Amino acid sequence: MAILEVKNIEKKFHNTPVLKDISFSLEEGNALAIIGSSGSGKTTLLRCLNFLETPNSGKIIVKDDILFDSSNKNKVSESELRNRRLHFGMVFQSFNLFPQYTALENVMLAEELIAKENPDYKNNKAEITNQIRKHAEELLTMMGLSERINHYPHQLSGGQQQRVAIARALALKPDILCFDEPTSALDPELTGEVLKVIRSLAEQNTTMIIVTHEMAFARDVADKVIFMDDGVIVEQGTPDEVINNPKEERTKQFLMRYAEG
Amino acid sequence: MILSVTVQLLSGLLTTFKIFALTLVFALPLGLILAFGCMSKLKLLRSVLQIFIWIIRGTPLMLQLIIIFYGPGLWLSHNIWAGNENGRIAATVVAFAINYACYFSVIFRGGIEGVPVGQTEAGLVLGMTKLQIFFKITLLQMIKRIIPPMSNEIITLVKDTSLARIIAAYELTFAGYSFMKSDGITWPLFYTGVFYLLFVGILTLLFNYIEKKLSYFR
Repeated sequence: MAILEVKNIEKKFHNTPVLKDISFSLEEGNALAIIGSSGSGKTTLLRCLNFLETPNSGKIIVKDDILFDSSNKNKVSESELRNRRLHFGMVFQSFNLFPQYTALENVMLAEELIAKENPDYKNNKAEITNQIRKHAEELLTMMGLSERINHYPHQLSGGQQQRVAIARALALKPDILCFDEPTSALDPELTGEVLKVIRSLAEQNTTMIIVTHEMAFARDVADKVIFMDDGVIVEQGTPDEVINNPKEERTKQFLMRYAEG
Repeated sequence: MILSVTVQLLSGLLTTFKIFALTLVFALPLGLILAFGCMSKLKLLRSVLQIFIWIIRGTPLMLQLIIIFYGPGLWLSHNIWAGNENGRIAATVVAFAINYACYFSVIFRGGIEGVPVGQTEAGLVLGMTKLQIFFKITLLQMIKRIIPPMSNEIITLVKDTSLARIIAAYELTFAGYSFMKSDGITWPLFYTGVFYLLFVGILTLLFNYIEKKLSYFR
């Protein structure tokens, strides 16, 4: 059963269509790589899934739960919107860590704020905080950052910052973790450490959507690849189908440009 | 002589300090509200506030003070300000709070808009509310950004309090000046300057301290 179903998503900015009739599905535990040139709508698609943008039409269904349906015109409350967002985790190209908090605090913050809404929080404050701290420490250790938990973002390299951001996104146990060009802002020698972490998440069957320009990585890690161009899905299938044996002319051209570097 | 001058100047300093402190107490929150108003989605509200800020920043504070102090008495045929020192201080604080709130609002807006939008988006995808994002993420980053321009404004405020003399509030400059008028001596004026320098010196140390405290992040 598909954990995520996206149906006929359309998105326009000032009457310029950015996403046109986007439909795909994702199986639980699978990794989906979205490839395509800049401006093809990949990032906008991720932003729609995280409700940072509202699609003009279409449906988003997670675990049979309709999170978004453009035919339903009722206004969604802010708290309802928050609950929907929590199905998705997001790792940004520019990390967006909170600079005034340590790595550990960055990972703990959202979980703490949610715990505070629980009526039991006041009575078990120390215990709950300890649990959240332990969870955050585990995540940072998993990212290979156990030595860096009390560092502030500016004291970390780009690769380390991005790994903190991944831990932060995992803290709320999202159903689907989204990566928006996670290595594009990194020096080439730092991309490896981030890709390694994402690869290990894929091996643990984390459901992921990865927008990336790392073609070799997409081929290795993804269970499914989507090639987007000019706001439409040109081709989707296994990495072997899309990257190794593309059918569409546009996909072939794109991959050729990549191969030429 | 030096003792009596000191006593008078200290009394003037107290009024100066009252105007200074009360102006900050009112102008800081009012400035924040104005800043949010100027970033509102309502175009009408934005336009009205922009015109208001233009008028307040575009006319002399002394003129505003005169209008606020004398205006009500002339328009309403009874003065809303008490006819004593406290009444004059109150009128001064009202004029100053409005004036400084406008300047602060522009600094606040710059500070808020200067925090990268990615910070807000990171908060949103982590399920935070807009209030949580403001208080837990944006606010401190904004404070860090606005400390240098705010320290400028606040130091200017210390010296602007001397404008209250125009409505005969007995503030520090008035106190120093009165000795020149009554005794024909000028040294109390220089002595008055020392009071301002000490006041501003303490503020400068305070701002340096805050800046240092916030230097742990970038």
